[in-house]
Amino acid sequence: MKLNERSLAFYATCNSPADNSGFLYKRGERHTAYHRRWFVLKGNMLFYFEERESREPVGVIVLEGCNVELCESAEEFTFAIRFGGAKSRTYVLAAETQAAMESWVKSLSRASFDYMRLMVRELEKQLEEMRWGMAGGYGGSQGPVGSWKPKALGPEQLPERLPALPAILPKENSCAVWYNVPGADRPSDTSGCSGHDSEENPRPPPVPPRRRASSSEVGSARAATVESSPTFYQLHEQYGRQVAELRQEWLERR
Amino acid sequence: MRYNKGELLSLARQPAEKAAEILMRVPKKGSVLKKRLVKLVVNFLFYFRTDEAEPIGALLLEHCRITKEEENVFSISFLEDPERKYCFECASEEQCQEWIEALKRASYEFMRRSLIFYRNEIQKMTGKDPLEQYGISEEARFQL
Repeated sequence: MKLNERSLAFYATCNSPADNSGFLYKRGERHTAYHRRWFVLKGNMLFYFEERESREPVGVIVLEGCNVELCESAEEFTFAIRFGGAKSRTYVLAAETQAAMESWVKSLSRASFDYMRLMVRELEKQLEEMRWGMAGGYGGSQGPVGSWKPKALGPEQLPERLPALPAILPKENSCAVWYNVPGADRPSDTSGCSGHDSEENPRPPPVPPRRRASSSEVGSARAATVESSPTFYQLHEQYGRQVAELRQEWLERR
Repeated sequence: MRYNKGELLSLARQPAEKAAEILMRVPKKGSVLKKRLVKLVVNFLFYFRTDEAEPIGALLLEHCRITKEEENVFSISFLEDPERKYCFECASEEQCQEWIEALKRASYEFMRRSLIFYRNEIQKMTGKDPLEQYGISEEARFQL
């Protein structure tokens, strides 16, 4: 199987920050002698070089799906990178100090793309929950996540929700995230006063004005911690749309 | 460069984020478009001859550039040699756009930037670091 080795080598040696680096002893596959190598961890790829100054890595260990364990060994500070497959190889490595070993075990066990993706989704969810909670007090305390998110949130849908990330992160980006939320694009769902909830996007009807006033105390307490104007703008737009909706509905009913 | 081929092959067999039969051309002199099964798994793009179990090759999608070329066509090139392009001709413009979007987000580095962005936003809104409860605030990989 061909691998884009040149690009791999570039990735290993370019000046993008490494997640960990240092000397480790690597046990050979057949012979149990340890060889001291310079290791560089970037993302889910663990590169190793003959020397720290070497221009190209000797090899790379793709870490996706691995388990990192401490080792029972005559050597001190050993740990192993294990994989699930039948014929898979176990990499036994030894650090030079206890602290180095712990640092490597920690960073290697969190090195997978899957782990990173999980963290991103978790934080994204938290952020959107917070924004919904602030916007109209729509059961913010109950965590309406399940009610407005599309059901099968596959990776294909993720692109719609993640904003494009410029180098500097202007506040406008947070607006973009807000408007990409499916609920925001279908304001007709918010006029649940009529008692109709669309099946694909079940959401509790807007809280009646009196309760909204009290939940907005909570909302305003939260809002107090945010001075950024896009938040106000978002609220303004959200309420404005609801008012327009209700007015439209009333006109149609006459 | 040595690599753990077994694990990479195993990765290639896992359910893909995206998979399709696409015409592909590698940046080799005289190469032509050939029908390949192209499969995106984490930050790797595997490509197979249709009906073969083992991929012909794998591209690690870090520090790469995804470019829209002519109609239905996009290319992948890498920072160290931007003229060397892997070309992909899709069945439709829609499919082409979908792949471009998916591939742009398929790198570990993109994930990392997203995480830092969200972490920052949450910290601004709540004054608290959302990663603290996981005990990973100090990890190098999550720093700005």
